[in-house]
Amino acid sequence: MASAEAVGPGLVLPPKLVKVTGVIASLILTFIGLTAITFTIGRVMPADPVLAIVGDRASQEVYDQVFFQLGLDQPIYVQYFKYLGQLLQGDLGTSIMTAQPVAEDILRFFPATLELATVATLLGVFVGIPMGVLAAVNQGRWIDHVVRIIGLIGYSAPIFWLGMIAILIFYFKLDWVAGPGRLDVFYDSIVDPVSGILILDAALAGEWDIFHNAIAHLILPASILGTFALAYIARMTRSFMLDQLSQEYILTARVKGIPEWRVIWGHAFRNVLVQLITIIGLTYASLLEGSVLTETIFSWPGIGLYITNSLFNNDMNAVLGGTIVVGVCFVGINMLSDLLYKLVDPRVR
Amino acid sequence: MKRIKIMLLGFAAALMLVTGASQAATPKNTFVLAKDIADIITMDPAEVFELTTGEIIANIYDRIMMFEPEDLQSLVGGVAESWEVSKDGKTITFKVRSGLKFHSGNPVRAEDVAWSLQRVVKLNKTPAFIVTQFGWSADNVDSLVKATDDSHVQITITEEFSPGLVLNALSAGIASVVDKELVMSHEKDGDLGYEWLKSNSAGSGAFSLKTWKANEIVTLQANAGYRHGKPGMERIIFRHVAEPSSQRLLLEKGDIDMARNLTPDQVKGISGNSDIAVDGHPKGTIVYMAANAGHPILGKQEVVQAMRHLVDYDSMANSFLAGQFVVHQAFWPAGLWGALETIPYKQDIAKAKSLMASAGHADGFELTIHTLTNSPFPEIAQSVQANLAKGGIKANIVTLEGKTLWPKYRAREHDIILARWSPDYVDPHSNADAFANNPDNRFEAKKTGHLTWRNAWSDDASNKLAIMARNELDLDKRKQQYLELQAMLQKKGPFVIMFQQNEQVARRKNIKGFVSGSNFDLVFYRNVTKQ
Repeated sequence: MASAEAVGPGLVLPPKLVKVTGVIASLILTFIGLTAITFTIGRVMPADPVLAIVGDRASQEVYDQVFFQLGLDQPIYVQYFKYLGQLLQGDLGTSIMTAQPVAEDILRFFPATLELATVATLLGVFVGIPMGVLAAVNQGRWIDHVVRIIGLIGYSAPIFWLGMIAILIFYFKLDWVAGPGRLDVFYDSIVDPVSGILILDAALAGEWDIFHNAIAHLILPASILGTFALAYIARMTRSFMLDQLSQEYILTARVKGIPEWRVIWGHAFRNVLVQLITIIGLTYASLLEGSVLTETIFSWPGIGLYITNSLFNNDMNAVLGGTIVVGVCFVGINMLSDLLYKLVDPRVR
Repeated sequence: MKRIKIMLLGFAAALMLVTGASQAATPKNTFVLAKDIADIITMDPAEVFELTTGEIIANIYDRIMMFEPEDLQSLVGGVAESWEVSKDGKTITFKVRSGLKFHSGNPVRAEDVAWSLQRVVKLNKTPAFIVTQFGWSADNVDSLVKATDDSHVQITITEEFSPGLVLNALSAGIASVVDKELVMSHEKDGDLGYEWLKSNSAGSGAFSLKTWKANEIVTLQANAGYRHGKPGMERIIFRHVAEPSSQRLLLEKGDIDMARNLTPDQVKGISGNSDIAVDGHPKGTIVYMAANAGHPILGKQEVVQAMRHLVDYDSMANSFLAGQFVVHQAFWPAGLWGALETIPYKQDIAKAKSLMASAGHADGFELTIHTLTNSPFPEIAQSVQANLAKGGIKANIVTLEGKTLWPKYRAREHDIILARWSPDYVDPHSNADAFANNPDNRFEAKKTGHLTWRNAWSDDASNKLAIMARNELDLDKRKQQYLELQAMLQKKGPFVIMFQQNEQVARRKNIKGFVSGSNFDLVFYRNVTKQ
């Protein structure tokens, strides 16, 4: 039976409302904190946002004109509140680098990262979890050693080096996959962007050649990025599983004669799922931030590269817009993880 | 076991799906270049001042005056068919070619030519100084630049300038002729179509802008009705590939036709590939060191002169700069009209030490070199650091991104800057004004466009000669004055000019007709063919 919470004399709020209000308040505080810190860092950095627009050869007159246009003569907190005011009206401003509204840029760059990160995470989950379970079940045997070595390589090898070697082998020497970029030039601008996720848009348009080409371009960067996800997920799965496999209920299950696959997947694995959801969620969120190095090597126009280039050019509207998207991803994935906990573990409900 | 078999089959099927999925070559009617195009921030010719966009708009817009790919040494009429200079040299009347059309189909009129220049002055973006130096301002430009009838445009300058210089300046990007009717149909709040033209085109050149996706791709479409005939390629595609090693692999594989940002190592690496040719194109970019004359020691001429003798130019040019930079020691690039091509300095430690002693610094001193983070600046800085140490100068190196470095330079907060400079337009005054002329050395004057001011250096003789050459009507005399000015700046002043860029471009051998001239915007695609 639901209980109610007393707020003041005679005023009682239902607990669900209290919870929703709490979540909304924490979201608002998170975003205010996120934008305030990013904005302040951007403004106190030694890089000059005016020179990013006018170039180093601009006369002082041109420089001053843009300086005042940007409102840089005003205190930082005034500039910040002006930005917040714009933000509340849904205006993320215009990017210096692309001359486009930041919102439009994000709609173009983020799906590219979403496509890459999703495939990489799926790879990590569908290969990393079985690897981790296999290693835990065969602790100390050669399978365990192989998985641990793969995990170590995936975790410690520089992604830049891994990417270049992969391009050299799989694109240049073996011709198994397509080169850097999202599509061959033959196919550029043929499919109208609906979601911005090329493989999805190509499938929706029934353009199977383009779909095929997009996959050929996607598979290598996603695998490289997926190596990191795979290594992390496999290592953590192994560790969680070892912990569970040493519990007494597992011994009991085995004594009762339950088949071994059921003991592993039905009992032990079920109990590590909640922890794994957290790990997968965090991995996915960090990949959605964009991997600058992977995006650079593979000429992948994603959000990570967009934010980094914007930061180097002191394009603060773009940096803030990108930061907000990353913040939304983290918050969204956290909320999704919370929901999933309840689905997989009745004790959390 | 059965499950493992199914998994293996699935994996094999996935590999088959992607295997050999890329195309073997670029389309026959398309020229595909790989380049780092992250510097593109606008396509508006009134604002463009970046390297990539400089060359792109040169292919989209015809300018009033032009250098054509068939003869990069001769300045000829672009949109202007002919011109007449008044006796006092202050008024030039241009006759506009008849029958020209913009990509939109609108005719190119004298009114468009006048309006394009007026727009540059009224918008007053960074490159506007190229024409506002003639005395034009938002208040007077309508009366000083005007269409006198349907086919004639008259411009009048109020400052003393050689007409030759004015004509040269009108070959710069800001002299691009813009389709007034089309641009004004997109005007918002009196912005003269500025927001729209940032990412669109309205020219009459060999190509029009089809798409620009920042950090991804730029596509140009051929203009079949171009005055020199239809370009050789239907489309030009710039693919943003920031990583030079990726550019190399794409080129060797045939997925691109040209790589524009290969490092010397990569150029060496592809030298054995019979399908690829590497061409060298001398560019106008020079690499220099500048000493802040406001520094108590660096302000002494003997010290700067000692530094000129300490640098080992040849060793750098023959090692890590091989093929991409050549030794050059004057402020105006070799190969251009009025350039001084003598190389007076080689490393001479004894002479440098004697100069240091006569300046009262035989025991040396310590300084900081500020430079850019991108190659080859850190490498040059390290080499210079070792060279200066031989003369007792202990140099510390600080590398910074341009956006952090330039504010320091513009505020005179440096000891030594190691940087680059390329001309804004093809006239020696472009660099003479930066390297030799300082109209007001006071800090509060903020003449930041002059490198002399940034280095707190001013010299009456240098200022006078720079202005005299700027105003001279006689071309031969003018050339002599610039040669004299460059020789003067080789002996005094805050600059140690070291190298000139030689752009190395790697192309598939079936690509012919790519022309890249000395200035950053003298790059032409219209003669490119694929065999």
